[in-house]
Amino acid sequence: VNRIVKKKVLAPAVKLIEVENHLIAKKAQPGQFVILRVHEKGERIPLTISDYDREKGTVTIIFQEVGKTTTLLGRLEEGDRILDLVGPLGKPTHLEGLQRVVVVGGGLGTALVFSQVKELHRRGTKVDCIIGARNKDLIILEEEIKPYCANLYIATDDGSKGHKGFVTDVLKRLLDEGNRYDRAIAVGPLIMMKVVSNLTRQYGLPTVVSMNPIMVDGTGMCGCCRLTVGGQTKFACVDGPEFDGHLVDFDEVIKRTAMYREEEKTAMELLQRSLKEGV
Amino acid sequence: MAEPRRKPNLVKTKVPMPAQDPQVRIKNFDEVALGYTPEQAVEEARRCLRCKEPRCVQGCPVNVKIPEFIMLIEEGKFLEAYYKILETNNLPAICGRVCPQENQCEKHCLRGEKGEPVAIGRLERFAADYAASCGEPRHEPTNPAPPKGKVAVVGSGPAGLTCAADLAKMGYQVTVFEAFHTPGGVLVYGIPEFRLPKRVVQREIDNLKKLGVEIQTNMVIGKILSVDELFSEGYDAIFIGTGAGLPQFLRIPGENLNGVFSANEFLTRINLMRAYRFPEYDTPIKIGRRVAVIGGGNVAMDAARCALRLGAAKVYIVYRRSEEEMPARREEIHHAREEGVEFKLLTNPVRILGDDNGWVKGLECVTMELGEPDASGRRRPVPKPGSEHCLEVETVIIAIGTTPNPLIANTTPGLELTKFGGIVVDEATGQTSRPGIFAGGDSVTGAATVILAMGAGKRAAKAIDAYLAARR
Ligand SMILES: Cc1cc2nc3c(=O)[nH]c(=O)nc-3n(C[C@H](O)[C@H](O)[C@H](O)COP(=O)(O)OP(=O)(O)OC[C@H]3O[C@@H](n4cnc5c(N)ncnc54)[C@H](O)[C@@H]3O)c2cc1C
Ligand SMILES: Cc1cc2nc3c(=O)[nH]c(=O)nc-3n(C[C@H](O)[C@H](O)[C@H](O)COP(=O)(O)OP(=O)(O)OC[C@H]3O[C@@H](n4cnc5c(N)ncnc54)[C@H](O)[C@@H]3O)c2cc1C
Ligand code: SF4
Ligand code: SF4
Ligand code: FES
Ligand SMILES: [Mg+2]
Repeated sequence: VNRIVKKKVLAPAVKLIEVENHLIAKKAQPGQFVILRVHEKGERIPLTISDYDREKGTVTIIFQEVGKTTTLLGRLEEGDRILDLVGPLGKPTHLEGLQRVVVVGGGLGTALVFSQVKELHRRGTKVDCIIGARNKDLIILEEEIKPYCANLYIATDDGSKGHKGFVTDVLKRLLDEGNRYDRAIAVGPLIMMKVVSNLTRQYGLPTVVSMNPIMVDGTGMCGCCRLTVGGQTKFACVDGPEFDGHLVDFDEVIKRTAMYREEEKTAMELLQRSLKEGV
Repeated sequence: MAEPRRKPNLVKTKVPMPAQDPQVRIKNFDEVALGYTPEQAVEEARRCLRCKEPRCVQGCPVNVKIPEFIMLIEEGKFLEAYYKILETNNLPAICGRVCPQENQCEKHCLRGEKGEPVAIGRLERFAADYAASCGEPRHEPTNPAPPKGKVAVVGSGPAGLTCAADLAKMGYQVTVFEAFHTPGGVLVYGIPEFRLPKRVVQREIDNLKKLGVEIQTNMVIGKILSVDELFSEGYDAIFIGTGAGLPQFLRIPGENLNGVFSANEFLTRINLMRAYRFPEYDTPIKIGRRVAVIGGGNVAMDAARCALRLGAAKVYIVYRRSEEEMPARREEIHHAREEGVEFKLLTNPVRILGDDNGWVKGLECVTMELGEPDASGRRRPVPKPGSEHCLEVETVIIAIGTTPNPLIANTTPGLELTKFGGIVVDEATGQTSRPGIFAGGDSVTGAATVILAMGAGKRAAKAIDAYLAARR
């Protein structure tokens, strides 16, 4: 189990791996995640199941190399095994009874909403999709997601592709043009989800966001992933990871995810040094 | 041939346990208590009076044959002593270290009436460590093929490990499913290295594997497979030993500030993930210069002592009742105090204060007075008016207890639960409200002790055997 059967580089530092694990593939549903560990002294990190193939018995993970563990994961090749893989964790997304939905994916967020867009399409929901990134090289999965969207909009910070500016500019325009949706789904950096939620609140558009606080076990036993939703403490790994964007205390999550910045930097610097010496 | 008359050692106190010096040990995670030498063990064994009706045995939840094994130690038959203990307790190296002996076997020891009781726990540990040092030659019967049936054990804490071992010895094919990447339950993620070295737990896991038990890690039952799916996979019976892993928070303002941990998170990072060896290990931990641990149980003592070892200059235990009511083992309180932990008793936290960046900077508390006894018979603490004060700390660890994780219950229709989420069972058998499903340990009782969890695992193994025999 846990053998990497396919690996693909989607953008600089963004990689896709397809991993063999029949049991997880059998149970996985859109919105759920796995936790993995890449070596004996490694930490546990959560990654979204962005696609699964029940027949082949594989799950697809798309990740961005941002620190030590994701960098080590990115160095694994086809045929290698992931040491520990546990899942599917978290609650699946509820996608029933939706006529028309707008999906906003920022950066890597596009990868994370992919399975949801596919599932919505399968259920006959009309999906307008807005994907954004800093520049056109960082736009991922455009071709893959297109067939499942009624309309696909692109925004880049530098204008190298699509609208110059933020995904929220596009969303605002669509809403102002009178487009009506049953729901917005926003996945991406915390700050993007916060801005989207603030915008849709003004339009009374129910909004689901996918939260990514720091996790350890992913089963509700440590409380590390707690966040405030509507004044109540929730554990993202078991109560989420999806929550009502209008109720989430984003500022608190943003502070909490910065908790180990110094240590993460140390770990990454040491890794880079040893990689340089090693290769 | 007449035996020379035995003269017991009448010294009133236990042979002292060699231990690391407090000033040295707060700088490392190595075991604090070093264990008896053979000479010390024999000397302590000679204190036992070999009572005809040994009360100590009644005090032990699994009725270890105490005078018998102590006699074997006295005779220098250390391996035989170990086998004698194994007849009723399959985790002696662990129990000898972490059992609350003062409330169990040793509480009832006759020697305790005038002086200290016999150091039963230390002797138990000695026998087990001695056996390990000889490569642990356990003489287990090899299983008669074919197996009598297939049993799934969910959770690899002391309850699950014991149940699995007993069933394997009876000839069942047993698979243990564990959510974490390492088996052992609280023994590996909760109790720190300096109290229970992880190699001791690993030894027990290895013994279990030698019995033919398969352990599947990274398997969260209720997610990857439900209990009912285990039945359809061909398991004839299921034991649930999933513990009480859900952390309680205080529900006071400031609990989500950076620097506030549940004891579960703090201890898991340190023990399971080895954050104390960051950056050699990848999992980080943050510790303030000053730390407040809220709670008065073993978990609180462990968290406080870990905080010291991570380099905190000042560690407080904040507990709302008085020392007598503290549920922690006396030895742990004593060790914590020796290491410099400061006890703020009759003190209740009301709010955690943060700075502008969302980090803890203090803990606001009130002083408590003892009022009328409550339902548990303990005098209920009530806040003293005008006693608000603030402890300056950068880290707050909440160790006020845990409850069973609802995952299994939520995914197993028909499983009856108590109000606090424990699984309802028949005490003698561990039988739940669903045929073929048994449970025991903290998942039934809420947070309790290693030996009680083991006892429950043993009873369930017997009951599972009877249940399956009746169906054959
Ligand atoms: C439910 C969930 C789903 C996620 N899905 C994806 C995904 O599909 N693709 C992807 O690239 N990323 C995903 N993430 C984020 C991913 O977990 C982090 O990028 C990863 O842990 C970084 O580890 P690192 O050691 O490489 O980087 P580090 O340098 O250690 O950390 C970089 C940042 O990642 C976050 N992080 C660090 N450790 C953890 C942790 N244990 N748990 C959660 N976040 C952490 C922190 O904000 C940190 O500042 C998800 C997070 C969550 C909670
Ligand atoms: C810090 C600390 C210190 C302690 N000190 C002492 C002490 O000194 N002496 C003493 O006697 N007792 C002590 N205790 C209590 C003692 O450890 C517990 O009572 C005992 O471990 C309970 O055993 P258990 O087998 O019921 O559960 P646990 O040891 O909790 O094991 C349960 C296992 O089940 C796994 N699990 C949970 N859910 C699932 C699932 N859905 N699927 C698969 N696996 C699952 C968990 O990951 C865990 O490994 C301490 C506890 C703590 C936390
Ligand atoms: S198992 Fe625990 S209670 Fe029983 S004899 Fe050993 S130390 Fe005492
Ligand atoms: S009660 Fe004490 S003295 Fe008597 S047999 Fe037990 S350990 Fe020995
Ligand atoms: S990650 Fe531990 S409770 Fe959610
Ligand atoms: Mg990291």
